[in-house]
Amino acid sequence: MKSYVPNTESERLEMLNVIGLSSMDELFSDIPDALKLDRDLNIGDGMSEAELRRVFLEYAKKNSSLPIFRGAGAYRHYIPSVIPHLLSRSEFYTAYTPYQPEMSQGMLQSIFEYQTLMCRLTGLDVSNASVYDGATAAAEATLMMRDAKRKAKILLSLGLAPDVRATIKTYAHAAKIEIVEIPLDNTGRTDIEALRENANGFAGAIIANPNFYGNLEDMTLLTNTVHELGGLMTSYVNPISIGLIKRPGDYGADIAVGDAQPLGMPLMFGGPYCGFMCATQKLIRNLPGRIAGQTCDKDGNRVFVLTLQAREQHIRREKASSNICSNQMLCAIMASMYLSVMGPSGMREVANQNLQKAHYLAEGLSQIKGIKLRYENTPFFNEFVIDLDKDVIAVNAALKAKGYVGGLRLNYYGGNDNGMLICATEMNTREEIDGLLAALEEVMR
Amino acid sequence: MRSEYKLIFERSHAGRKGYDLPKLDVPELDSLIPSDMQRTEDLKLPEIAEIDLVRHYTNLSRRNFGVDNGFYPLGSCTMKYNPKINEEMPALFSDLHPLLDGDMAQGALELMLDMDKALCEITGMDKFTLQPAAGAHGEYTGLMIIKAYHEMRQDTARNVIIVPDAAHGTNPASAVMAGFKTREIKSNPDGGVDLDALRAAVGPDVAGLMLTNPSTLGLFETNIKEIANIVHEAGGLLYYDGANLNAIMGIARPGDMGFDVVHLNLHKTFSTPHGGGGPGSGPVGVKKELIPYLPYPVVMSHHNGPAVLDYDRPLSIGKVKNFFGNFGVIVKAYAYILSLGGKGLREASENAVLNANYVFHHLKGIYGVPHDRICMHECVIEPGELLSLGVHTTDIAKALIDRGYHPMTIYFPLIVHEAMMIEPTESESRETLDEFIAAMRDIARVAKENPEALHEAPVNTPVGRPDEVMAARKPIVKYED
Repeated sequence: MKSYVPNTESERLEMLNVIGLSSMDELFSDIPDALKLDRDLNIGDGMSEAELRRVFLEYAKKNSSLPIFRGAGAYRHYIPSVIPHLLSRSEFYTAYTPYQPEMSQGMLQSIFEYQTLMCRLTGLDVSNASVYDGATAAAEATLMMRDAKRKAKILLSLGLAPDVRATIKTYAHAAKIEIVEIPLDNTGRTDIEALRENANGFAGAIIANPNFYGNLEDMTLLTNTVHELGGLMTSYVNPISIGLIKRPGDYGADIAVGDAQPLGMPLMFGGPYCGFMCATQKLIRNLPGRIAGQTCDKDGNRVFVLTLQAREQHIRREKASSNICSNQMLCAIMASMYLSVMGPSGMREVANQNLQKAHYLAEGLSQIKGIKLRYENTPFFNEFVIDLDKDVIAVNAALKAKGYVGGLRLNYYGGNDNGMLICATEMNTREEIDGLLAALEEVMR
Repeated sequence: MRSEYKLIFERSHAGRKGYDLPKLDVPELDSLIPSDMQRTEDLKLPEIAEIDLVRHYTNLSRRNFGVDNGFYPLGSCTMKYNPKINEEMPALFSDLHPLLDGDMAQGALELMLDMDKALCEITGMDKFTLQPAAGAHGEYTGLMIIKAYHEMRQDTARNVIIVPDAAHGTNPASAVMAGFKTREIKSNPDGGVDLDALRAAVGPDVAGLMLTNPSTLGLFETNIKEIANIVHEAGGLLYYDGANLNAIMGIARPGDMGFDVVHLNLHKTFSTPHGGGGPGSGPVGVKKELIPYLPYPVVMSHHNGPAVLDYDRPLSIGKVKNFFGNFGVIVKAYAYILSLGGKGLREASENAVLNANYVFHHLKGIYGVPHDRICMHECVIEPGELLSLGVHTTDIAKALIDRGYHPMTIYFPLIVHEAMMIEPTESESRETLDEFIAAMRDIARVAKENPEALHEAPVNTPVGRPDEVMAARKPIVKYED
């Protein structure tokens, strides 16, 4: 059994004696006997490091390590080696939230840099220090729009991922916000007429770009329309796509949210990732969570602090703009490091590689008998939907036997959509893509 | 000693490059994106070499302080040592996509199921969801479960959550997020829930009570059974804020005390690092009758068959985030639980309580003490007579920084005037505690001899006390060049 308690048995006894006690049990005399556990917890006898390593290797062995063509909200991108190395600085990862600025300038400056980078990436004025993930960022944006407009109705595009919509609905149910879902038209993009028809009394809309099905929306038209109808626009974006496409601020969005996972975070079976939230200056006091700000000390040195704390739960309690306390700080720093090391040319290059590889894959798939691109004339970024002549579950099983993880079956969340959402990133080599195409050719035969 | 430190943007040089990518190996096509959707200008990101990034963050890290640097007795935050082996385990799952079909992620699902079982055993609950990403997120999830339970019973008038005045700020904030009103009740002179106040507060509009036990005063709620009875008889449910579980692992269990819903902070009690503010993980455990309301998907196994994700949960509160939770954090916490085992967890709690009492005992004569009795894993003191010399809790905290310590939690709990809440954890040796006690004694001495000196603290840090008023009045929240 591993123990991380430094004090020896005799030191513990001496300390007990100093405080006038003779046994550990006496420390717990406030706990009624009837409530005391009269046995050891049944979770094993502890393990050495070597044993622990073996146990976790056994778990890991039961997972697939085949090449994947799957995105749907979690993307495999190359993570520069420098990121995990710098992140292992334990001055960062073993610190708490920087409540004491004089000894936390490293973290506070990192947050300030993260906020700046995210503002530059989204084209908006202000950013918070992160929330849990893209879905909770969208849920918080729902509350922000309600508060800013004092109207309890939000439009959600069906182009948002199922998990994101489900999370928003959980939060909206509690907040008594009416959610109206706007369908997609036959090009796989938000139906702008349906949006108009449902806009009466709404506070704003949330629209994903690229959307869950990979399609690029006409965000300029959508944003203008939402504004004409008197609402606020929240744009849910994939940060890598911004290497090539317009930023939310460029088309006038009021809020930009999304998941920063593609910016240097490993897939890790779904988390920890990082939700980003940026907004126009006007909405700064509606933002939830931590915000770092610049000020100076008595000698005039530039200093960073947590600021605008009057929005937050530890000051305002039941009147806070959100209950969030812990966020995803270390993940936000990964995003900062990624954006800093990639720079403007790296962001453009990685986005272009995603675009090109996905289109190469799409072209190959469209040549296979029994496979059709569902939204043939709609522009897409790094994923898209195909329709299959055969049952999608059977197709994925056959692909697995040939050594590939196919796209996500769209009936994953229930329903009977036989489509497949398929993705290629810069990580899928041409050899891998050609291999998948050859395998599918056989499977579809 | 004092110095400004350049921002990453101030290190940028046009044309400098810190990344590389393999050459594009597919034919490059033009016009894949309509021109009106394309961005023509470059993003305004730094242009730096790899070594620039390495030096920048390495030196930033030197302007920061973590548990690995020194004693960090931040009350209610359980800043225990983060074992290094645990940090290595998540890498085994780095490339695992969350939306693989279950048979391709069996190891990850089994691990989640095993973690669920371990947390049930530690807390005396029947089933956990690992989805919530942090403590406050767990509170929100747990309260939504309580809401769904009452709604299912058509008991819809229950829109009040009772919160003691000693509670963490997240408790009332989470209750409001979950669509409840809060009703605050006063603590009794012993720092516990005032039973008469509780009896007066419960009624047909009460959905539940949120309680931290031990409380934020570091005291065990001796009347917990009576409290549970009062709340249950009034038709409410009892919610356990697990921030302070580090006091009682293997000694007593919230499930046995009458709690219906529990959240834990894996980044406190189960040693996963706080990451400078996150990521954490806030699993929520419930008693059997509340299992149907857990967020979906629920990890389960039918008749010891393979672990599966069950999405078909008609009574579920829905989802509270993407996918299944902060899996990487869950892996680290499970590694901690397995390394320590049942006896090891108990040993951790015993020593956490011993260390807190040892510190408390020595500080009693020097500082004020609102509740003089055996404490649990943390103790609360106040400046006492130093206040009359113009020395406040802030000054004591800043003086600790000069002596190489991260200060305790200050000005909380709110019910103690100028509170200082000290949680040493089991990770600290006797000599570390002795040195800390000596530092606290020295600060009290300086306070009496030269109180002005404490107002200047800290002086041994890269920057002095910041002007927080200016920061809030004219917020500068990003760099402009």
